[in-house]
Amino acid sequence: MTALLELQHLSKSFGGLRVTDDVSFTLSSGDRVALIGPNGAGKTTLVNQISGDLDPSEGRILLGGVDVTGASIAERVQGGLVRTFQVTRLFTGLTVAENVALAVMQRRGLTKRMFSSVINRADVREEWQSILGLLGIAQLAAMPVTKLAYGQQRLLDLAIGLAMKPRVLVLDEPAAGVPHDESPRILEAIGKMSPDIAILMIEHDMDLVFKFAKRVLVLASGALIFEGTPAEVKENAAVRTAYLGSYADARRAS
Amino acid sequence: MTASVSIEAVPPRATSGLRNDALAAVAIAALGAIGYFVYPDDLAFLIRVIGLAFLVISLDLVTGYCGVATLGHAALFGVAAYAAGNACLAGITDPILMILVGIVAGACTGLVSGLLVTRFRGLPQLVLSIAFGQLIAALANKLSSITGGSDGLAGISPTPIFGVFNFDMFGRNGYIFSVAVLLVTMVVLLRFARSPFALMCRAIKDDTLRARMIGVAVFPRLVVMYCIAGAVAGIGGALTAINTGVIGLDSVGFERSAEALIMLILGGAGKLWGALIGAILFELFAHYVSAASPFHWMIMVGVLLIVVVLFFPKGLVNEVGRRVGDLRRARAAK
Repeated sequence: MTALLELQHLSKSFGGLRVTDDVSFTLSSGDRVALIGPNGAGKTTLVNQISGDLDPSEGRILLGGVDVTGASIAERVQGGLVRTFQVTRLFTGLTVAENVALAVMQRRGLTKRMFSSVINRADVREEWQSILGLLGIAQLAAMPVTKLAYGQQRLLDLAIGLAMKPRVLVLDEPAAGVPHDESPRILEAIGKMSPDIAILMIEHDMDLVFKFAKRVLVLASGALIFEGTPAEVKENAAVRTAYLGSYADARRAS
Repeated sequence: MTASVSIEAVPPRATSGLRNDALAAVAIAALGAIGYFVYPDDLAFLIRVIGLAFLVISLDLVTGYCGVATLGHAALFGVAAYAAGNACLAGITDPILMILVGIVAGACTGLVSGLLVTRFRGLPQLVLSIAFGQLIAALANKLSSITGGSDGLAGISPTPIFGVFNFDMFGRNGYIFSVAVLLVTMVVLLRFARSPFALMCRAIKDDTLRARMIGVAVFPRLVVMYCIAGAVAGIGGALTAINTGVIGLDSVGFERSAEALIMLILGGAGKLWGALIGAILFELFAHYVSAASPFHWMIMVGVLLIVVVLFFPKGLVNEVGRRVGDLRRARAAK
């Protein structure tokens, strides 16, 4: 089976500082993979390269077998690669419904229309309503985004991602900033997503990681130091060192 | 079931409809009628306000909808005015055709300006817009063979509207013509403002990176919006040329750009009605205050602006809209 997302020897340097170091892994349909690592391990930098916000210094990124290393963000999105952000990024001047509907309309090629509002066209409306319903925020449809609680904003962020009908969804700390007792709602929302989507989640909340992931990648000093099941990760000395000791120790231990 | 009830309550701006268009047309016709009967001897002033309103509405499309910072927007207005004026002098004297010339000239200037300005954000963008405006102003001064230089381009004498209605010395027909053009333009633009294209522009203004991450090619979209804004400014420029018969360097000057921005802030950016109301209120205020105090009126304009920005930072129309929205929500909550 062709991998939906494949990173081949990806590296990124800023001057003399190597922030991504020869990272390779693959994601296939239905994968639920968590990428963990201590602060400064280079997780977000890696995600930025995957999404196209940052060009890698070396290596290749394949999306559905197609090399997208030099492709624009828009081309990657068209290829089914969608991401969310560590700090929620929403269209704050719009309502909840408009945020999701825009993503739906963009995917359907409707946002070039200049003289007809299609947000309430039956097929478009049905789609954004069902996405909001899936994530349990349908009752907020008419609400301006600025009036949402932070946890609701995170759910809306996920809803926008889902509206793009991703094949690969990269979630950058989807529960960041959400009160601990509300993070199960985020997990529940992710659990409702299509089983065909390959999901890569970057997360610090280990409870969330172990409940979500079938496979865990551990990053330290920009390099992958371990890959395994949640149970294997819990037992691995290199991972424990990465979180509790120095990065250099962790890489030696791996 | 609660969810479905709330979903039905998506704000009216997300719905299209002939009802909104009809209401807008009635509102503008009513405003026009009020102006006609309240200022029967000062229609030239109202015609000037309408011309400027097009410039402010145009500015709103790029600043209010797309978040583009510009202080060179009068270039679009002025180039269109000169183009329409020159077209008239060259034999294209029909006012409708002159407006079409203005639209094309404004859109072309918008294209060039947009290609330059929308590549950047923030201060570089602002500086580029000023540089573009100053470049056009300098060219207008130097190319006196087509602009009349500091003397202005004079002798613009359009033929009667539809070959029937003369531009009389009291400005009655010119005023009615201008209100009609404003009405048609506003109805079209209000429909445009509800479109997915305009909604996406507002999204780009809110968060460009997020917009890119849902697959939007931001730069081409902003350039297209700049062209549309240029066309709108072009209508205003052409109307000014048609009604006044002369175009001066002030029509492309920095002051005109700054004035338009002030009007937009006063009325409220991001709402076409805000741009229109801002232009009307500013000009009315300046009209009365300058008559009452010819030497100090700019001080009062400054004070007005400070008051508006302090107490209504999003502009008068946005503030009214916010309060009405709060009231509706409070009533719905009860």
